[in-house]
Amino acid sequence: MDAAVKAADIMREIKRAGIRFIVALPDRVTSERLLKPMLADPEFRVVQVCKEDEGVSICSGLYAAGHRALLLIQYTGLLDSLNAMRGVAVEGKNPVCFMVGLLGKEPGVAPTQSKRYGLRVVEPVLDAMQVEHQLIETADDTAKIVPAIARAYENLTPTVMLIGREPAS
Amino acid sequence: MMQRDTCLKALARRRTDEIVVAVYMAAQEWIHISPSELNYTFTGAMGQGSSHALGLALGRPDRRVVVLDGDGSLLMNLGALVTIANAAPKNFIHCVCENGTYETNGAVSIPNRPRVSFAGLARAAGYQKSHEFATLEEWERALDGGLLMEDGPILVDLKMEPGEKYPEDFRRLYNTEFREAFKKALAK
Repeated sequence: MDAAVKAADIMREIKRAGIRFIVALPDRVTSERLLKPMLADPEFRVVQVCKEDEGVSICSGLYAAGHRALLLIQYTGLLDSLNAMRGVAVEGKNPVCFMVGLLGKEPGVAPTQSKRYGLRVVEPVLDAMQVEHQLIETADDTAKIVPAIARAYENLTPTVMLIGREPAS
Repeated sequence: MMQRDTCLKALARRRTDEIVVAVYMAAQEWIHISPSELNYTFTGAMGQGSSHALGLALGRPDRRVVVLDGDGSLLMNLGALVTIANAAPKNFIHCVCENGTYETNGAVSIPNRPRVSFAGLARAAGYQKSHEFATLEEWERALDGGLLMEDGPILVDLKMEPGEKYPEDFRRLYNTEFREAFKKALAK
């Protein structure tokens, strides 16, 4: 199996993409090695939300104010926020950049092949909504982050980066 | 009880360079009462106005942000009160246009009317201050007393009923060309 993506590399790429605002609700896949370091990093301003759809709109308000932002959540929250994805991000042409932990996904297994129903449907749902998505699971995948975020801001479309396993320290 | 258009006109007369985020009926009337490129109405889904406004307030701490939320809308996104209180933007004034109904969707009553207290919810969530105004005189007195310049986040519960009708303009409310114009105007 390929080496797991490193948390420090994800953090570096997020900064390289020009993001300084992190809007977040904790997720076991990303809390320990991404969210907690972000909370401690003075280069980031972390806005904690109570529900994920708030985050879609906060990122959109930040965009209108001239800032780039990342929404860091769990896949269950992504599924809970589909109306905000529809109305705020897609129809509203807001470049909302999601980073989504796939809690419970088996390492090395494609999300659509997971034993868990909730994980299997994530990519087909995003495809149905015509939302671009990337799987970030191995070290090579970090190269996808900056271009995905750049495309979102260029095209005014949302993008979803699916974190396939807990990043390595 | 205030009429909504007279309540909004009182705010418009005192507006200087504030960003105003407005939703549903208040938005339809506000764009006529106080036309401005700094009117942000592109909220995309019910309940999301205050969250868009939080992003604007955090992104532009040098500008005052006034939200014209609905009571049904706020009930759909109550956790936002805690999120906003935690982020604690000083430039954030959260007005709730309390008409007691889902006016756009058939004027059915909101749940637990009139016992629910929006000012009480905001205080419990940790807002700096919350106010309730049921008459135009009280509302104008507070505005003239500097309410718009107070440190936020502040919640202002405006008890109102429909007043004069204004033409609906969904294109102005939701077309993204106006959002891009807003973005440019704010960047000046």
